[in-house]
Amino acid sequence: MRAPSLLMLLTAAAFAVACGGRSAPEEPAPEPTPAPASTPAPEPVDDSAERERLERERLAREAAERARTLATDLSAMINFDYDQAVVRQADQETLDRKAAILAANPGVRLRISGHADERGSDEYNLALGNRRAAAAKRYLENKGIDGSRIEVVSYGEERPLNPGSDETAYAQNRRDEFEVTGGGDNLVAPQ
Amino acid sequence: MMKTLFLLLAAVPVAGTLLAQDTARVDQGVRIGVDYSPGMRPGLVVVPGIGVDSVRAIVRRDLDYTDRFEMITVADIPASTGTNRGSAEMGGGVNYELYKSLGAQFAVEILSAPNGVTARLHDLSEGRVHSQRAVSLPSTASPDFRQEVHRLSDEVARWASGSPGAAASRLLFVSGGRVYRVDSDGHDLTPLSPAGQTALSPAWSPDGQRVAFTQLGEGRGGILVQPAAGGAGFIVPGSGTGLNITPAFSPDGRTLAYAHSDERGTDIYTANIIQRCCAQRLTVGRFADNLSPTFSPDGRRIAFISTRAGPPQLYVMAADGTDQELLAPFDYGVTGSTNAPDWSPDGASVVFHREVSGSPQIFLVDVGARRVRQLTSSGRNEDPTWAPDGRHVAFISDRSGRRQIWIVDIETGRVRQLGTPGSARLPAWSRRLGRTTPVPNP
Repeated sequence: MRAPSLLMLLTAAAFAVACGGRSAPEEPAPEPTPAPASTPAPEPVDDSAERERLERERLAREAAERARTLATDLSAMINFDYDQAVVRQADQETLDRKAAILAANPGVRLRISGHADERGSDEYNLALGNRRAAAAKRYLENKGIDGSRIEVVSYGEERPLNPGSDETAYAQNRRDEFEVTGGGDNLVAPQ
Repeated sequence: MMKTLFLLLAAVPVAGTLLAQDTARVDQGVRIGVDYSPGMRPGLVVVPGIGVDSVRAIVRRDLDYTDRFEMITVADIPASTGTNRGSAEMGGGVNYELYKSLGAQFAVEILSAPNGVTARLHDLSEGRVHSQRAVSLPSTASPDFRQEVHRLSDEVARWASGSPGAAASRLLFVSGGRVYRVDSDGHDLTPLSPAGQTALSPAWSPDGQRVAFTQLGEGRGGILVQPAAGGAGFIVPGSGTGLNITPAFSPDGRTLAYAHSDERGTDIYTANIIQRCCAQRLTVGRFADNLSPTFSPDGRRIAFISTRAGPPQLYVMAADGTDQELLAPFDYGVTGSTNAPDWSPDGASVVFHREVSGSPQIFLVDVGARRVRQLTSSGRNEDPTWAPDGRHVAFISDRSGRRQIWIVDIETGRVRQLGTPGSARLPAWSRRLGRTTPVPNP
């Protein structure tokens, strides 16, 4: 295994030297980029424009990936105990991450919707959902986020995530959802 | 075949058609129901006759649904005249001795009359006509026909028992996000809110002319007041922002109480719906919930639900928001969540639902003595609402497999189903409805 691959590397290096002696890293390990981009150039042409384009695309992809991660973090749900509207210890990190992203992106606006499981009164569940959304908003405000950027709504038990009628479904349905309603483009990562 | 027999009589206890009553089981010192005692109720027979069968059938069922009479079933008689061996001069076509022998104390005759019918109540033990009334009826095709007959039934019930029945009334409920209106006997199902929206919390005005409900939008919603006959409405002052639920009209119809939710929690407000102004906050929850107001019949007090002590429980306050106190006693950490109160028409009690072992059950609390009594125990039973007679309560139960409206007679514990298509929730029973009059355009 080892000998053939060394041989290939040497061959590649010899080829590179033969092609005008330009710096070697032209053919780096092709893992991160898709295979079609590394088709061997048949002619010794000046491909710096092409390389810049690829680099720009790579940066854009990474930026989009980072933005996606930020958006995912912003919209990550939190869950609640039965008939409770207290932010659980396990969800504080989720909200801390949102607070950091909101602080780094002052233009972002958020809508928090509170939900309840199907047990309990239909009408009380709307009030309970409202209390759950308000609890998350207060948490973010306590982390320094301006409350005017955050809107609070409730769907009670009207929009279950899981239509089942068991404890697994109930636990999934007792939740806050977070929706970016403005300034969500070009998110900047927190320092 | 039956008609060929000269007389086919059968004394059928109506309880058999009313399905099972809830089993009486005492839970945590709460007394359940009243034991049903056969024979306590006077026997009543609706005398077969010729013509006006539809009226007779409606009256018979209405009287049955009052749960005040032991209904005695009599098959058709070819000719009822000439069978009277009791009191010929007063009884007309009614065989007093025969019906008395079947256990009847009252006989109701429905006779064809010009433009309508005559209803006549015979007191069999006294051997005389107790009361009678002739009423004109619209054609059977008219939407008012059944309501007019129901009003006649309620009057007959008053003659025989001292207080009117509750047949001339309707219920609102929510199914598939729409508010529907239905007669108390399950007829004339009519949608009042548009399809494709989510409506909640329907409520009647005391005169039955208007309804209020929440129109739920994207996680928020205002309270709409509109004519019960359908038509354009208006958004109640103060309910145009945030989430607004559980409206309740004051007994004089001038004030609407409702719960308004925002990030400070949920609190009860009132607004003047005549002048459409003057929203006023009655509770200050500070991140707790206060909701589901219901007025006492004198309009001076409001019972409501609050989470001020943790789980939701039943409280009461003056109609201006002062003197807030606990109404239904509970044991902290033991008693389940309590919701959906409705104050009885006689003012004596408030009905509500409370979680027992994970399922809501219907309870009522005596307003004076603050004693709590459990009315149901099988399946999930929730969102109770009083009938105008003050002895029946409609509620949502899943005992048939899906959520449907059921009606319990709190005197006897007997239950029956009000058939509605689909699943139903959040029922609201009207007061007795008078003759339909044109709604003045506000």
